[in-house]
Amino acid sequence: MKIIARFEISYYQILNETSEIVGTLPSFAKDNEHLLRLYRIMVLNRVFDTKAIALQRTGRLGTYPSSLGQEAVFTGIGDAMLKNDILVPYYRDYAAMWMRGIPLSDILLFWGGDERGNLQGGEDLPFSVPVGSQGLHAAGIATALKIRQEKRAVLTTCGEGATSQGDFYEALNIAGIWKLPIVFVINNNQWAISVPRSQQTAAATLAQKAIAAGFQGEQVDGNDVLAVRERVDVALTKAREENIPTLLEMICYRQCDHTTADEATRYEPKGVRDLEWKKEPIMRLRRYLENLKIWNQILEEQLQKECTAEVEKAVQAYLATKPAPASDMIDYLYAKLPHTLFEQREQIKQVGDQCHG
Amino acid sequence: MAEITLVEAINQALAYEMQADPDVILLGEDIGKDGGVFRATVGLLEKFGEERVRDTPLAESMIAGLAIGMAMQGLKPVAEFQFMGFTYPALDQIINHAARMRNRTRGRLSCPLVFRAPFGCGIHAPEHHSESTEAIYAHIPGLRVVIPSSPQRAYGLLLSAIRDPDPVIFLEPARLYRWAKQEVPDDGKGLPLDRAFILQSGEDVTLISWGAMIKETLSAAQKLKKDGISVEIIDVATIKPLDKQTLLTSIEKTGRCIIIHEAARTGGVGEHISAELAEQALFFLKAPIIRLTGYDTIVPYAKLENYYLPKEQQIIDAVQRVLEFA
Ligand SMILES: Cc1ncc(C[n+]2csc(CCOP(=O)(O)OP(=O)(O)O)c2C)c(N)n1
Ligand SMILES: [Mg+2]
Repeated sequence: MKIIARFEISYYQILNETSEIVGTLPSFAKDNEHLLRLYRIMVLNRVFDTKAIALQRTGRLGTYPSSLGQEAVFTGIGDAMLKNDILVPYYRDYAAMWMRGIPLSDILLFWGGDERGNLQGGEDLPFSVPVGSQGLHAAGIATALKIRQEKRAVLTTCGEGATSQGDFYEALNIAGIWKLPIVFVINNNQWAISVPRSQQTAAATLAQKAIAAGFQGEQVDGNDVLAVRERVDVALTKAREENIPTLLEMICYRQCDHTTADEATRYEPKGVRDLEWKKEPIMRLRRYLENLKIWNQILEEQLQKECTAEVEKAVQAYLATKPAPASDMIDYLYAKLPHTLFEQREQIKQVGDQCHG
Repeated sequence: MAEITLVEAINQALAYEMQADPDVILLGEDIGKDGGVFRATVGLLEKFGEERVRDTPLAESMIAGLAIGMAMQGLKPVAEFQFMGFTYPALDQIINHAARMRNRTRGRLSCPLVFRAPFGCGIHAPEHHSESTEAIYAHIPGLRVVIPSSPQRAYGLLLSAIRDPDPVIFLEPARLYRWAKQEVPDDGKGLPLDRAFILQSGEDVTLISWGAMIKETLSAAQKLKKDGISVEIIDVATIKPLDKQTLLTSIEKTGRCIIIHEAARTGGVGEHISAELAEQALFFLKAPIIRLTGYDTIVPYAKLENYYLPKEQQIIDAVQRVLEFA
């Protein structure tokens, strides 16, 4: 017998739970303005989530999945991506989408039940709701970029539950074989609705799933925005420059119900959430900024006000959006509506007019 | 006896059959501690344990494939899919394997299993959560497709579905989960899987429907009654195999027929029913068969979804239209 392969999975952390620097400080993190920018986005993300839940509770928004406690993951992604990279997100990526130019009001439109929430985004994809399906689309996009030798990268996200889908493995597999310019990010928030991480896989890490596909996987402290930003940046650079795929498993905790339709108290053991809260990303960075003497209570209050105002503006824009005409439900089905559907379109218009009238 | 909802009747049937038959086993996403996202399996983990109420990883093709394997070994798996839109990753397993194992082994192996899923729109759910594509499954030889529309029928039909020796697609109208309550005796009595249900006898027009559209069909009939119009209402319930005889007998009496379904028009089950009636009841028909259906488009997100569904008033208008034919 001889050993023919051996594998290791690294875990990356830069700013630890008590806000001490425990890793090599990347150059972006030596720029105070950059640190403040990351902080502001995470706070905006949190204010937005809080407001969205309030809207849902008062009947002004549909079912909404919050990203509470996971802000560092999506902020780090949004910050590391270049404008001409392509994001293939799932449904919690608000911070990244906003940083890439999606107005907050569009995100509200989507969850308010209006397809026009998907209007903007350039080459980025809208949220993927069928869990785990999007990794393959990302791999297809990456294939196109590679064929055209464009030196751009694709980044796709999913939850840890999604890694149980066949499509997820298929995406990793092809990314390894075809050496695609792609980064897979798993937001491991420990829960897939009520199913804990331990029931999705018996593997010690999700990162190691990349090993079987022939490329590197690593774990990152998903509550540490510095580590997230740095590792995503490194992975994207490898993708763009060398067509090397990477899988990043972000370790964090879902500090909220799965969606507003869920009650986590039914299945989540008492006390775990509070314990995990000690690691949450925003206070961690805030303490660090305070230690650097570039943040204080006054600035914090000012930021909270600014974020509240920014979110309020988005809410007003959302609430002021007139409903789309009923015929919108069929007008975007084909490039050109077949004449065989004209009659149905007319009926839809009539129903719409009657209901409005 | 307390009255219960449709989703509670599902729960009651599952509990009854699990008690009666140790081979019945449940699997699906979030069906354990959480009791299912619609709470259809609430309390069953506590009652029957983790061996028989299995929370699975998030993988629908896996769920279907596992159920097929279990069924071939004599277990009676009842698998829950969270929404009909999420049965699609399992289509290969369902169509290529569950539906044809008996046939390809000339009866040596079989798949006595049930695939349950909530379906239909009108609950303001996010995208992909509003599908009503029962015709896909009805088109597949070897499957049964069953759709209950009341608590009593949910209970009796689910019991029979579990006891049936072949694969059953059991679609539960989400819009009716907590709509009308009924007394449902927990007597373990199944209902036939090849009989349509006459919900109301009438003379003038036959209304044929299933699933959540039964709600609008019943309320339209109430209003028509005030105008002295007597309609017969049939809940098809067993979409496949279709109980043509009950439909034909009704058309022979009324001579007029309206089919109401939520699914898209083209290729919908209404087409099949309409064709069967046209072939076999032509000389009884006094008016053209009318179909009121969803449009040939993707069910819109919540803001426009109400425009998608056929309305009570459309049913009333259609009845009046067919009555104009002498
Ligand atoms: C194919 C599919 N199956 C089931 C669902 C229902 N569903 C929505 S989110 C979810 C859990 C996802 O968990 P995870 O991937 O860990 O992401 P998280 O929501 O925790 O961020 C489930 C089962 C779905 N949307 N798509
Ligand atoms: Mg998760």
